[in-house]
Amino acid sequence: MTAPTETVSPPFAELPFREQAFRIREHILKMATAPQGAHVGGSLSCADVLLHLYTRVLDIDPQEPDRPDRDRFVLSKGHAAPALYAVLAETGHLPVEELATYTQPGSRLAGHPLRRVPGVEFPTGSLGHGLSLGTGVALAMRRQGRPARAFVLLGDGELQEGSVWEAAMSAAQYGLDNLVAVVDRNGLQITGGTEECVALEPLAERWRSFGWAAVEIDGHDEAALEETFAALPARTGKPTVVIARTVKGRGVALFEGKKKSHSVQLNPRLYQRAKKDLRSGRTA
Amino acid sequence: MSEVITETTAGTTAGASAGTPARVPAPGAATAEQSWAERYAVPARDAYRRTLLDLARVDPRIFCVDSDMGGLETLFGDALPEQYVNVGIAEANLLGVSAGLAHSGLLPYANTIASFAAARACEQLKVDVAGNNLPVRVVVTHAGVSAGHYGPTHHAVEDIAIVRTLPHLTVVVPCDAAEAEAAVRATVDLPGPLYVRLGRAATPLVNDAPYDFRLGEARLLREGEDVTLVATGPYPVVMALEAAELLARQGHSARVLNMHTIKPLDTAALGRAARETGGIVTVEDHVRVGGLGAAVCEAVAEDHHCPVRRIGVPDGYLDHVAGERELLEYAGVHPEAIAAAALGLARGR
Repeated sequence: MTAPTETVSPPFAELPFREQAFRIREHILKMATAPQGAHVGGSLSCADVLLHLYTRVLDIDPQEPDRPDRDRFVLSKGHAAPALYAVLAETGHLPVEELATYTQPGSRLAGHPLRRVPGVEFPTGSLGHGLSLGTGVALAMRRQGRPARAFVLLGDGELQEGSVWEAAMSAAQYGLDNLVAVVDRNGLQITGGTEECVALEPLAERWRSFGWAAVEIDGHDEAALEETFAALPARTGKPTVVIARTVKGRGVALFEGKKKSHSVQLNPRLYQRAKKDLRSGRTA
Repeated sequence: MSEVITETTAGTTAGASAGTPARVPAPGAATAEQSWAERYAVPARDAYRRTLLDLARVDPRIFCVDSDMGGLETLFGDALPEQYVNVGIAEANLLGVSAGLAHSGLLPYANTIASFAAARACEQLKVDVAGNNLPVRVVVTHAGVSAGHYGPTHHAVEDIAIVRTLPHLTVVVPCDAAEAEAAVRATVDLPGPLYVRLGRAATPLVNDAPYDFRLGEARLLREGEDVTLVATGPYPVVMALEAAELLARQGHSARVLNMHTIKPLDTAALGRAARETGGIVTVEDHVRVGGLGAAVCEAVAEDHHCPVRRIGVPDGYLDHVAGERELLEYAGVHPEAIAAAALGLARGR
């Protein structure tokens, strides 16, 4: 008789990208079992981008969170907080156990990120603020002669906020090639498709006409993420926007491409089904 | 009492009267030889701008963030281009960019019109500036009805009510050019956010000598025992002093406080006024709801038994065409009304 082998999962940092992404999505689903639910669809859609940024792009160190030359990240689509918390936890900014407190009374982990959460540079939640913040940071880094960059993750529906374009114009005017906007282009907002609500296309052309270098990629493709973020800025002297084409609810068939995945509370039955969906697509 | 003075700021000449002698020194050109009165015979805005440039020359943390106000691009931008940013006509972006600059260790002075900061970009002020407790200095002009004939789109008679509810935000209302300079110098190292409320054209010089501006401490302009007049803003302070004169002629002694800091409010001075004079009249170039008068009522009601009368702009859209002082008088803010309110309190005792 052979003894049952004990499975010890390797440290997060040593896992391949897809396994890491699976772990992040598991956390997101778990958070959606909280009584208040969670913004599941938009968290799952940007999970790969966030994971890639925090593990392979951003020059930040949880042990030295105030280092002046660090890169800054702004989650302008603050409702994707569950994805951010999961990534912050797995990259050493937060204890992983703390994720279980998500939206519980007394927790630091609110439905939208608070500034007292380690690793959160700016609290967000009201859409249309993040790109101005990133522009200010990038401008400061430039004027101070620091090598740091500012990354801002925006929702696509968020682009309907006029203040985004105020920021886009000024960032281009100042030639901030140390500023990178990423648009989580999942195509859905609360009432349905972005194009049916207030159309955003031709999106890349719009950004280009605002003076940005625009790159369109599959926001779930590890190789595309790797290639794009390793080659920043896309154009010297211009801010870069990465339009990450994604699927709302990505990884969980129950939610994929469904507007109802926007904000969901998972009861035990739904949670089991969602986890099963996630596992079945694990290698996809 | 008010003088018509040519505006010195480039790009804004609409308020100037033809033929007015250009005796106002150019911003940044004030000299030690100038008398106190000469140095400050300028709009508070110009005194602030001159001061900002002085301070920025020796402090590279200080940034001037412009929103196409006119004048700053030459005065400040030409002198210190590396510390100047113009985001254009985009006030939400102005405050967001300023928050980003402050988060990175700089001291941005965000320049816009009162209504555009407090009303248009209120959410950026609330979330990105005040909520984050960042050292952004939001310096606004055209406050109250100082935009005069520009009309109600450019008036800001509700901004104090809005901004004093925002977290961490210090709110300062200088009463003249001298106090604008003193207040800006005194708050350079304030760790949190600041809202400085300025007018547009020149207003009478209230302060006749340098004084030690103390943030959060009301300035006693006139001692008195029968009633206290608490005023904020250029003409309200001037009118309170004029009302005190009217009252003196009728045998009543009125204390006059310049409440230059709305938040934090000097509740100690209000307590002394309540105890020692038994009645308070507030005066402001702001609606009677939510501004200085309301703040004083809140403070007094909690700790003192003292009647308060509020002189301010009544509810309604002020679509009358006039200059700053005339508009206030049209709205019922004038020395006679202040004196009458004070007499009412005195009689009631």
